[in-house]
Amino acid sequence: MTDATLPYVAHGDPHHVRGMQESVIAHEGPAPKRIVTGFGFWIFLLSDIVMFSCFFASYSVLLGQTAGGPSGAQLFDLRSVAAETAFLLLSSFACGMASIAADVRSVRWYQIAMAVTGLLGLGFLLLEVREFTDLVSRGAGPTRSAFLSAFFTLVGCHGVHVTAGLLWLLTMMAQVYTKGFRADIMRRMLCFALFWHALDIIWVAIFSIVYLIGSAT
Amino acid sequence: MSDQAHPVYEHRDVAPGDEEEVRVGPRVIGYVIGLGLAILLTATSFFVAATNLVWQPSIPVALLVLAIAQMGVHLVFFLHITTGPDNTNNVMALAFGLLIVFLVVGGSVWIMSHLDQNMMPMEQIMHELRQH
Repeated sequence: MTDATLPYVAHGDPHHVRGMQESVIAHEGPAPKRIVTGFGFWIFLLSDIVMFSCFFASYSVLLGQTAGGPSGAQLFDLRSVAAETAFLLLSSFACGMASIAADVRSVRWYQIAMAVTGLLGLGFLLLEVREFTDLVSRGAGPTRSAFLSAFFTLVGCHGVHVTAGLLWLLTMMAQVYTKGFRADIMRRMLCFALFWHALDIIWVAIFSIVYLIGSAT
Repeated sequence: MSDQAHPVYEHRDVAPGDEEEVRVGPRVIGYVIGLGLAILLTATSFFVAATNLVWQPSIPVALLVLAIAQMGVHLVFFLHITTGPDNTNNVMALAFGLLIVFLVVGGSVWIMSHLDQNMMPMEQIMHELRQH
């Protein structure tokens, strides 16, 4: 019985073939909390990306359904999109710097990097709000056509995520200010950095598929 | 020596977003490299979309390839997803997420384009019939 189960227990670690007992005793127990928290948040982010993929699918399907209204090529201002891309990319970089500053326990650099991250994110958001109000004022709101409904849903959903991320960023700055780099604060910071970088990945898909391909067709 | 023969089972996972590297200098350089590659790929995307130098029907494919490459850059340099054994769980979760994403997007586009061709609105069918 024991011999039969041995290869499976020791699978992938040839040094332990000789002792099932040893490998059972040496089992390290549950993973550290930082890994459990990070992995759980990673699963949430992937489910969030799956949700975005549904919006991308509906946008791709409805791209040509303009109902006689304006198409992407007539509406999109690619200079503004390029500026938004630059803001979000630099913001992601600054967030990485904040992660490093947190790991070396430098409060000053952490707050500076987070402030830069937040300001760049705010710049992104203001450009997006300006674009949306401009579109609506030109009669190209989400009710105009199926194409515009899909556009506003997808890009607006990303914008809502960025807004939530900005609020989270402010609370992270406040938490580090009042509580310092405690273990639980560091776990939250890990999750925030994952969230912010993931938003940038989704924006890459948005500017490529929605704006660049959408204005080419 | 006996430790060498029977190493204590020290297989540690890494949380997504955490790095193996702990020194500040190399970590900053990693982010700078990622930023540089991302800027390069973004600039190429915007250039390809606007230029007339490229064969036009190839542009959407080129943009998709550039976007996927840039997402890879973000995953490696910003999210620190690697192929190391300590990252297996994170990569497996990512692979499953990508499977669902491709099923949803690819399947929707595939099915709906076929529906578009095979189930035209009635007036369009009549129009096609009248022409023959």
